[in-house]
Amino acid sequence: MRLTAQESGVNDMSKYDKQVYAKPNQVTPARPAIFNEDLCTGCNACMAACQADVFIPNPVEGKPPIILFPDECYYDGCCVEECPVEGAIRLNHPLMQKVRWKRKATGETFRVK
Amino acid sequence: MSEDSSFIKWPYPILYEQEDVVSSEVLVLGGGIAGCWAAISAARQGASVVLVDKGCVIRSGCGGPGCDHWAWSGDNPASTLDPDQMSHDLMEARSNWTNGITSYINCASGYETLLELEQMGGKIRDTEDEFKGAPFRDESTKMMYAYDYENCTIQRVWGHSFKPALLEELKRLGVKIYERCQATSLLTENGKPGTRVIGATGLNVQTGQFVIFKAKATVMAMAMPTRNWVFSSEHRGVSSFKPIVNSGNGHAMAWRAGATLTNMERSMALLLDGANTYPAYGDGNNNNTWHPCNMVDADGKEIPWVDRDGKEIPDVESRSLPSRLGQEMFLFVPGLGGKSAYESKPPMLLPDIQERVLKGEYKLPLYADLTTMPDDERRVIWGVMVGNESKTKTPILKVYSDAGFDPEQDLLQSYYMLGGSSMMREPGNIRERMIFSGGGGVVVDWNLMTTVDGLFAAGEQIFSTNGHASAATTGRHVGKRMVEYAADVNQAELEREQIEEEKKRIYAPIHRENGVDWKEFNMGSCRIMQNYCSEHKTESLMQMGIDVLDEYEREELPNLFADNPHKLGRTVDVMDIITVNRLILNACMMRKASSAYLNFDRLDYPQKDPPEWHKWLTLKQKNGVIERGELPIDYWGSLKENYEAHSAGKRG
Ligand SMILES: Cc1cc2nc3c(=O)[nH]c(=O)nc-3n(C[C@H](O)[C@H](O)[C@H](O)COP(=O)(O)OP(=O)(O)OC[C@H]3O[C@@H](n4cnc5c(N)ncnc54)[C@H](O)[C@@H]3O)c2cc1C
Ligand code: SF4
Ligand code: SF4
Repeated sequence: MRLTAQESGVNDMSKYDKQVYAKPNQVTPARPAIFNEDLCTGCNACMAACQADVFIPNPVEGKPPIILFPDECYYDGCCVEECPVEGAIRLNHPLMQKVRWKRKATGETFRVK
Repeated sequence: MSEDSSFIKWPYPILYEQEDVVSSEVLVLGGGIAGCWAAISAARQGASVVLVDKGCVIRSGCGGPGCDHWAWSGDNPASTLDPDQMSHDLMEARSNWTNGITSYINCASGYETLLELEQMGGKIRDTEDEFKGAPFRDESTKMMYAYDYENCTIQRVWGHSFKPALLEELKRLGVKIYERCQATSLLTENGKPGTRVIGATGLNVQTGQFVIFKAKATVMAMAMPTRNWVFSSEHRGVSSFKPIVNSGNGHAMAWRAGATLTNMERSMALLLDGANTYPAYGDGNNNNTWHPCNMVDADGKEIPWVDRDGKEIPDVESRSLPSRLGQEMFLFVPGLGGKSAYESKPPMLLPDIQERVLKGEYKLPLYADLTTMPDDERRVIWGVMVGNESKTKTPILKVYSDAGFDPEQDLLQSYYMLGGSSMMREPGNIRERMIFSGGGGVVVDWNLMTTVDGLFAAGEQIFSTNGHASAATTGRHVGKRMVEYAADVNQAELEREQIEEEKKRIYAPIHRENGVDWKEFNMGSCRIMQNYCSEHKTESLMQMGIDVLDEYEREELPNLFADNPHKLGRTVDVMDIITVNRLILNACMMRKASSAYLNFDRLDYPQKDPPEWHKWLTLKQKNGVIERGELPIDYWGSLKENYEAHSAGKRG
């Protein structure tokens, strides 16, 4: 039996129009660094300070480097330190390593974001 | 795959197998702490110097991102121990299981090396008077000390500034730097192992180009091997203590060139590394960088500190002083086990905390509590130590602060549940081990020359040598010795056949379309070590390990493939990793006795440290066969006399 869109509870199939590709899983952790594309000038200074060769230059000039080997990141943050634009790149610890702390006075807990 | 538009073209020109030839008097392999110092010291003597680094000199290696402890500068004016006494005490505390040569060089020239570093732009004292009057500060020099404030054997430094300062000096001196270039082999006279080293080969990991380096004197400074028992790219990252660049290339190429290595049997249970750890120095703990931080339980109940006799220490300041009950000084030495262990035992957090937690005396989880620390201690831990310790400036200090962590208000959670300290992990997978402080490497003489003519070593490349100051002082020492050596030798002709052989070896993986990739091969070779060469060793188990290793080399290594220069470099790394694993297995089979200091347990030879085994076991390769040997535990002779005969003062 085939259900109509309405019967199956989906009213508007147009929102699934986006092409679906057969993509493999990504490596984890996949985002050691997060760029702010609005601020980044694509100067590649971050890339030059990365001993693990995590990045390659972006083929589009002015765009942030491409994170090609996220699984090799040492999480030393040297890319962030070398960036001349405050806020253009930040270090992103993997979710399984985001450490927590407790505010002594209130007992509230927080974590690395 | 190649036609798929979702892949970006490799951004660098592909120059596989194309040759570039570079000549110099002195060649430095590895641009970490030891390599930079070796290059600077050789260049200051007027030699032409080439420096090769796999990553980028500004931050590569363990010490690239920083250093907070400058250890064992026996020549520093505040130290109550002179270099002689200090090296003697350190050796004794380790039952002589340490490298006397490099240890003495460190103790005798740590401070003068640090002063040179200051001239290059490294920050080594509290010039802004931020810690005026603090108990760890010397008011006249503005130098700051750690651990034992009375004896001042270890200095607090702002080591995040060091690597950029060294790089500037290298540039100023005109050292030719080859970055993103992975040294793959040593070139020898007549192309034979064991003959004079006359250069090296390198692989550019961006272009795949083959670089031939010709030199009169070559120094290896490629640090200790890693990824021998444990490798997990999925869990790597923050939890990996050592950088990926340090993969034991130096050990493997020294071996192929016929150099003698020793102490390869020493390893230890995984610490600060592996799948389930947290960012180094980034969880609640009281060790090392965080010494002497308060620790509390879930209800805020403080965990006491005790002295060497187990007596409770009443105040924070006394955690950084020798015991009032007649102790002269304490050392901070991992693996204490020697006869002076009691004399130099440091103050510590309650050693039976684990049992007390289990009994319900303390409630989990535990926390590091900076809020109740004296103001200068809090600021020096969170700001100077966390901030300059390698891998802490951005990953911990900045990221945590940006997320709102406030050392005056917040308790940082510990994830090492029972121990409350990342330095004293509760046992996890006992098969997961690592080469760490005091690990194996090449044998050297007082010129830091290996057993092969023309081949020198510095830093962690040398057996039982580790630490930032040790890397710096040995690099500084070797640079001068190499220039002396180079003055007396000719530049030899390279052997074409040796170069062709090496090209065949390292480029083989690019000619294969598929097979095993470097990550899988790395994990596979780790399993050999976990299964046959871990906590519980026996002759037959280790023989099985060698058999499996032979089989992997025969059947799996020829399937390694790489489809760009970066992956080719990593593939050459894992070929070296399995070579280092072979050395470890062989060394472990040679030692037919257990040893507490070496963390070495043989089920078939359980007796711990029988005196007849108190010696270095060596191995080298001759005509494709492993030649086993031994050296007396103190083969270096009189430390002071030899140091004086071979140090800069006497000879240049
Ligand atoms: C997180 C962390 C914190 C530390 N903190 C301290 C501290 O506070 N105090 C202290 O005393 N010690 C500290 N240490 C130890 C100290 O950093 C090391 O002992 C020191 O850096 C060793 O110097 P090295 O030159 O031998 O090796 P490294 O500094 O690691 O340098 C090795 C270099 O060799 C290069 N290399 C590797 N293979 C090749 C190849 N095939 N070709 C070319 N180049 C290659 C690498 O790119 C790297 O630059 C710390 C270590 C770590 C990991
Ligand atoms: S954190 Fe370090 S290893 Fe990771 S991308 Fe940045 S510079 Fe590279
Ligand atoms: S250094 Fe900063 S601005 Fe330059 S490319 Fe990297 S993130 Fe962008």
